[in-house]
Amino acid sequence: MSFITLQNIQKSFGATQVVRDFTLGIEKGEFVSLLGPSGCGKTTVLRMMAGFETQTSGTIVLDGQDMGGLPANRRRIGMVFQSYALFPNLTVAENVAFGLKIAGTPRAEAARRVDEMLGMVGLSGFGARYPFQLSGGQQQRVALARAIAPRPRVLLLDEPLSALDAKIRISLRSEIRAIQRELGITTLFVTHDQEEAMSMSDRVVVMSGGRAEQVGAPSEIYNRPATRFVAEFIGSLNLVPGTVRDAATGAIETPAGVIALGRTLPQANGSAVSLAIRPEGLHIGQDGNVVLNARVADSEFLGSIIRLRVMAGGNTPLVIARFNREGHTVPEPGQELTVSANASDIIVLDGVA
Amino acid sequence: MKSGRIFSALFFGLACLYFLLPLVGTLEFSLRARRGEYSLDAYRNVLADPQFHQTIGYSFILSLATIVLGVLIVAPTAFWVRLKLPRLRPVVEFLTLMPLVIPPIVIVFGYIRLYNTSSWLPLLGSAAGSDFLLVCGYATLSLPYMYRAIDTGLRAIDVGTLTEAAQSLGAGWVTVLARVILPNILTAILSGAFLTFAIVIGEYVLAALLNRPAFGPYMVWMGGNKAYEPAALAVVAFGITWASMGLIQLFSRFSKHTQARR
Repeated sequence: MSFITLQNIQKSFGATQVVRDFTLGIEKGEFVSLLGPSGCGKTTVLRMMAGFETQTSGTIVLDGQDMGGLPANRRRIGMVFQSYALFPNLTVAENVAFGLKIAGTPRAEAARRVDEMLGMVGLSGFGARYPFQLSGGQQQRVALARAIAPRPRVLLLDEPLSALDAKIRISLRSEIRAIQRELGITTLFVTHDQEEAMSMSDRVVVMSGGRAEQVGAPSEIYNRPATRFVAEFIGSLNLVPGTVRDAATGAIETPAGVIALGRTLPQANGSAVSLAIRPEGLHIGQDGNVVLNARVADSEFLGSIIRLRVMAGGNTPLVIARFNREGHTVPEPGQELTVSANASDIIVLDGVA
Repeated sequence: MKSGRIFSALFFGLACLYFLLPLVGTLEFSLRARRGEYSLDAYRNVLADPQFHQTIGYSFILSLATIVLGVLIVAPTAFWVRLKLPRLRPVVEFLTLMPLVIPPIVIVFGYIRLYNTSSWLPLLGSAAGSDFLLVCGYATLSLPYMYRAIDTGLRAIDVGTLTEAAQSLGAGWVTVLARVILPNILTAILSGAFLTFAIVIGEYVLAALLNRPAFGPYMVWMGGNKAYEPAALAVVAFGITWASMGLIQLFSRFSKHTQARR
């Protein structure tokens, strides 16, 4: 039994079903992200966990306790909001002390805890200020300190970085992760930003249309997308349509020629599939076991990376990414070259792109 | 551009005249109690009248009770409608406008029929019961102003998220209202409170028909029996109202957390 278990959660608002048969187990101390486009139901899952929405069916169990019917204020779950939601009439210290006061923590102990929390988020000495006197990043740190101060069992983060500028977003990202690791607090994080989810999480749940499409470590999600949606949503991808010729040997006919993957495919002979490969999975030269001839359409020099657009086998567009190294030349448009990939890097997805 | 500025100055001047002339007239008249010279005799008479002190003291206490009752009724209602029943907002807004449409005389006759000494709840049989009914009536009359003031205050803060933030920190509904919502709409509540105060101080119908010694009936009685004192009384009443408005400004200026937002 996991620390948190969400079992077969369904949620409808009127006739619209926003969460469908959502099941997820989260271990103690884990950092799990719910990632998906807007409207995929990720925030609704978080709000049901917090107790702000009630699931239409299914159960949420936290540390062996069924959350059904338990109001939000009795769940001991901390939450950080996109809009910070600091109490504007209270100082920073009073904001952080809010939950402690309600829990009946003795004054001296609460003051100590507030100092400790403000120190942790790097805002020692800001206790007497009011929220309006702080920048967005500082306000969100206070919100984090406030949520953690009463020692909640779970921390929920609802797009906490989305309202901040890019630079602060990135620094706060690693700070939140460091604090989470230090305290070992079980955290559920909602974001639509894949870079955020990938860089912070132990595991990522990719959601679409109210369903969990795939649950796994960031590298697993990226390298082995389980569904077409995950493959297309995470990172960029080359998709080549094809038809299975021989499932036993993994031979697939594509506009760029027959590609042999050398492994058994679950699809039947003659079924339409798409071959997916990351731009960084394609190499120039003959290193891989799948080799294609291609002509360079154009190239982009991006500093650390060179991105090439090529036409393989005459009419199949592919994007190749390679590191820029001393001595490498940037291929010119029109140049003929050989492109190769490892068959193991090629993912076979059902259906045509 | 320039002619526009002249026009706006002209209209501003006309508006000032329109509002100020009657006041200046009243003030000037109130100072003419002594023949041939200006004096404060009328004011002296008014302030020396023990009935003035009794009635204004009575109305002051009742207005405080009305404000408390009004806030207790309106703040949770407006909060709940905003948070959970936003579709009911037009209905509630319409209901709060009813006291402007239905004359107070209807309310007071309703009270008299329902709560007279031979009824099931003879509230009008005692002074305290009558005072209670009077406060209820005043709260009804001030409903349109109190509701609008508080609703505007709630609009300025993110009620939903602040409520959820407080709940996630363990706060129940009472704590959310008392510690998070009310302090953040204090300025709005105060402006509602001072409007209520102004209404209660000047109200005549309810107090007269319930036969309570309020300031409104005293002013009317004064108007029917004296020459210069009613004008002095009117000036005093205006002074009280303006002081209330000044206090609203002062409170909103000095509430610390809102300083930078203005």
